[in-house]
Amino acid sequence: MVLSHRLAQWAGHAPVLEEEVALANIALDLLGQARVLLSMAGDEDELAYLREERAFRNLQLVEQPNGDFAHTIVRQLLFSTYQRFLYEALAGDQVFGPLAAKAVKEVAYHQDHAEQWTLRLGDGTDESQARMQRGLDALWRYTGEMFRPVDGLESVDWQKLEARWLSSVTAVIERATLRVPEGPRTGAWTAGAGREGLHTEPFGRMLAEMQHLHRSHPGASW
Amino acid sequence: MATVTDAGQTAVDAARTAVFDAAVAADERIEPRDWMPDAYRATLVRQIAQHAHSEIIGMQPEANWITRAPSLRRKAILIAKVQDEAGHGLYLYSAAETLGTSREELLDKLHAGRQKYSSIFNYPTLTWADVGAIGWLVDGAAITNQVPICRCSYGPYARAMVRICKEESFHQRQGFELLLTLSRGTEAQHAMAQDAVNRWWWPSLMMFGPPDDESSHSAQSMAWKIKRHSNDELRQRFVDIAVPQAEALGLTLPDPDLRWNEERGQHDFGAIDWSEFWDVLKGNGPCNEQRITQRRTAHEEGAWVRDAAAAHAAKHTTARSAQNEQEATA
Repeated sequence: MVLSHRLAQWAGHAPVLEEEVALANIALDLLGQARVLLSMAGDEDELAYLREERAFRNLQLVEQPNGDFAHTIVRQLLFSTYQRFLYEALAGDQVFGPLAAKAVKEVAYHQDHAEQWTLRLGDGTDESQARMQRGLDALWRYTGEMFRPVDGLESVDWQKLEARWLSSVTAVIERATLRVPEGPRTGAWTAGAGREGLHTEPFGRMLAEMQHLHRSHPGASW
Repeated sequence: MATVTDAGQTAVDAARTAVFDAAVAADERIEPRDWMPDAYRATLVRQIAQHAHSEIIGMQPEANWITRAPSLRRKAILIAKVQDEAGHGLYLYSAAETLGTSREELLDKLHAGRQKYSSIFNYPTLTWADVGAIGWLVDGAAITNQVPICRCSYGPYARAMVRICKEESFHQRQGFELLLTLSRGTEAQHAMAQDAVNRWWWPSLMMFGPPDDESSHSAQSMAWKIKRHSNDELRQRFVDIAVPQAEALGLTLPDPDLRWNEERGQHDFGAIDWSEFWDVLKGNGPCNEQRITQRRTAHEEGAWVRDAAAAHAAKHTTARSAQNEQEATA
């Protein structure tokens, strides 16, 4: 839900019309997945609009502001690769299997889109390469958090997931003539902070905007 | 001698014009490779480009509310709608390109203020209800305008409109449903819906363009069957459709002169403030500056992305052809 919100902020600002369509399309897929997950846990709108920052369990990676197009693409590459492997791992899960089976098809498209742009921008001009590298260097620290075991997802082998993710992402980064960053992957606090409700500063502002109207009319339906 | 050639050319042109006129008269479609008068081509480029630009600029007032949409369902609907508009822009630029122009060239003209977009998008979206009012009234007016274009004499434009009108009707129903929910909601929600309709009603009527006696392109466009009905006819049709819909919504339209005319079998309605219309068209509406600046900024800030994509494509085409050559010699 959080990443969908970030991607939808591109509407009307994308570098080419095709990307207006693509980014909105990805945002919609992610929102659809979020709605299924939230509905499994309770009332989707109550969970989206009436929880405060400390009660959100999203990864810090997805709440990061869009930055430039390269920054957005790097975030998308890191996350959609993770999401694809995670959903594949969940395909046989009793609770999440049905969602994962549908979502994995969408996410494969997201991953392909991010990879294609990583190659184009990494191996494009000097400027685009520098911007991609900056995006990678800035976001790399938020990637360790993705592989902290999550309660309720016992069927996932997190170590194997991480190894698979790292090798896939490394291959794309290298093909795009970029460097895999060397810095730590521990997040803004510690690995796993987002899952514990500890977020980065821009997140609260995002929620303030997102929740404002809903909260201004308690009990109303829309 | 030049005069002989000129005379020959004139005869050829006359013959071509006759074929063209006959095709239009017989309601046949003109296709990109067919001969067409220069002025017909120019009118279509102008109209299709303006239509495409309207889709692209029209994303802004609605996208303004995506991040504040009050429920996840509404948010999904709104994202999908804005995505559709970008898609409509793409179809329309493609249709314009069949006439020998390019998307790049048309966007440059938009950014330089040399081509227009619909004046309606120079009004601000101040509340959530505006999203519904745009769907119901603005898309409703657009559909009334565009359905006849599905029978336009130029094939690519007509075919683009068939697809676009289907999606627009869907958006319009969603806008109506959004307003209905607000109208039947809390007192504050009802007031929000009424306020939005009050602000969008007159600008929507202006979408049909100036009155028939002041519309400079109308007669020729109708003769060429690019347009099928006059501005005033379409405006009247829209009012007659909108009045019962407003009643169903439980909302009023901000026009004290609006009433059913038994004799005409149509609604009478009050005078439109044409000075406001011309003023907005000249660039002095509430959001003209903001809309075009955002569009220009997105384009300029995206330049490095387009350059990178081009550089990447060039490198890889070269690499591929070098490889092919090597394989050929081996």
